[in-house]
Amino acid sequence: MRPTSWLLTAIAVATLAAMAWGSVERFPPPELPADHPLPQPTTPAPRGGDLALLDVAVLLATLALASVFAVVLRNRKLMLATMLFSLAYFGFYRRGCVCPIGAIGNVSWALAGGYVLPAVVLVFFLAPLATALITGRTFCASVCPLGAMQDVVALKPVKVPFWLEQILGLMAYLYLALAVLLAWTGSGFAICQYDPFVSFFRLSGAWNMLAIGVALLAIGVFFARPYCRLFCPYGVLLRLLSRVSWKRVRITPAECIRCRLCEDACPYGAIRPPTDTRPTDRRRGKLILACLLALAPVLTAAGALGARRLSGVLWQANPTVRLAQRVAAERAGEFSDTTKASEAFYRSSGNFEALMAQARQKQVDLADGATWLGAFMGLVIALKLIGLHTRRRRQDFEADPAACLACGRCYNYCPVHRAHRTGDFATLEKLKAATSKT
Amino acid sequence: MADEKKNTALTRREVIQGSLLGAGAAALTALAARLAVASGPKSTVWQIDPAKCIRCGNCATYCVLKPSAVKCVHAYALCGYCKICLGYFEQGRGDWSARAENQLCPYNAIRRLYVDEPYYEYHIDESLCIGCGKCVEGCEKSGNGSLFLQIRHDRCVNCNQCAIAVACPSGAINRVDADKPYLLKRKDGKP
Repeated sequence: MRPTSWLLTAIAVATLAAMAWGSVERFPPPELPADHPLPQPTTPAPRGGDLALLDVAVLLATLALASVFAVVLRNRKLMLATMLFSLAYFGFYRRGCVCPIGAIGNVSWALAGGYVLPAVVLVFFLAPLATALITGRTFCASVCPLGAMQDVVALKPVKVPFWLEQILGLMAYLYLALAVLLAWTGSGFAICQYDPFVSFFRLSGAWNMLAIGVALLAIGVFFARPYCRLFCPYGVLLRLLSRVSWKRVRITPAECIRCRLCEDACPYGAIRPPTDTRPTDRRRGKLILACLLALAPVLTAAGALGARRLSGVLWQANPTVRLAQRVAAERAGEFSDTTKASEAFYRSSGNFEALMAQARQKQVDLADGATWLGAFMGLVIALKLIGLHTRRRRQDFEADPAACLACGRCYNYCPVHRAHRTGDFATLEKLKAATSKT
Repeated sequence: MADEKKNTALTRREVIQGSLLGAGAAALTALAARLAVASGPKSTVWQIDPAKCIRCGNCATYCVLKPSAVKCVHAYALCGYCKICLGYFEQGRGDWSARAENQLCPYNAIRRLYVDEPYYEYHIDESLCIGCGKCVEGCEKSGNGSLFLQIRHDRCVNCNQCAIAVACPSGAINRVDADKPYLLKRKDGKP
């Protein structure tokens, strides 16, 4: 803006403010006794900038430590200690905000031009992603307070069928797409609004969110880390990057004796068995792959069209659209009463035409966004099918780079790791002999 | 021969993995660069714009903190020192003595101090105030509007998505610069 337009805006704002506030001086303030000074309202400062830097420092330090403990030192105990510290700091001391998962909303909104992204949020969003490129999902294992909450209750994890987790896991992609879309259109930060554990961190909150948190923890006793595996929208990004990570959790430090102990130890079902047998019918496999590849554009297009048709569902999520619909209905005489929001609109002597125009624009934005969301979901499903169909070559029991949360539980169950730790190779030889017989 | 084959296979795999890693790093760098353009050093906090606030009472119920981080603030310079303060007394009782049943505040959070006949000064006890805005509405309707609601930053945990902002019917709660964390009413009308 030019200086003149700045000035004009400033004058307009000042005039409006004066009209709103200045004009209500019904009773001029009296002359008070000279010995009575006029008190000023106090303004306690928000949490300072230096403490925000401390948050960043703690994040970077815990990420670095978690990576070293997981990949270099291969020490589960140190990882656990880091996790508990992070739970205490980011969870109970910082009370759940700022966090990388919620930062998805800030980032989307900033990219849409909604506001200037604070640098602290930028670092919180990017640092775990960059770490995932180097050492995998060590953020999930030892830094994320939401993960830590669930990790401490994972007492009796049961094996879930592979296909079931793959299907349910698609919810995270949908959640990510929805959260980005809602933040992008200025409809709010869904991830933060429906954060299941934040009411624990604050020791207060809405009862329905508390109930969701309790339910997730109860499920988490048997199905370890349900939020991380099925819903976490940030996990989607971490999965993608940790697939190509430079280093990651390797279960055995040397050779794999195929004892399967690690597979049983992993509470997240993230360990995949070796693939020795070559597929017998390669022709059929190639044919299916060709069909799936052809299906990808079809699914993408179908998703885009389907979601566009259903985008009306999303309108209710936007306050402007909600208000415009309500006010229009009230003007048409459908309601005899008003809501708080429509009342506020009338009191502000708002322009009905302008409101309708704004709401129509939001509806267009939401419909366009829904089209992208549908296309994204179609593509995700197609790629998932292709990924499940293609054969990965594995000689050993290996952690799935995307699903592995880098908790390091498998290390202590691996006899090769133990032998290298203790130097007791005799036991390992005995075990090897026993496993090769069966 | 077999060994050679194995080696080349491994190398091919490594090359693919390396290039994927490079692609991931490039994508992340591009995202970081784009985000850096859209970012700034300043943090934000939530605040209520008194000009937009309609005193609906949602601040008392929707804040994640109990009691709410929203409190009534008194701009003393604006106060008309009304003989009968309708931010303090409940209208329609006809009795203007400072007995509890005559007071508008449900939590007895307004302290009335004698200044000089006939003036009293009204102070908010923030440990009792729940931010319901009843007194604000009373003052707004029949006084100078010197009482108004503000988010108090010694209490606010600065949620990434303020629950009251979601519930606010007039869109009065928005992010403001952390350097200027209050939107106080002033005599000159400037925030």
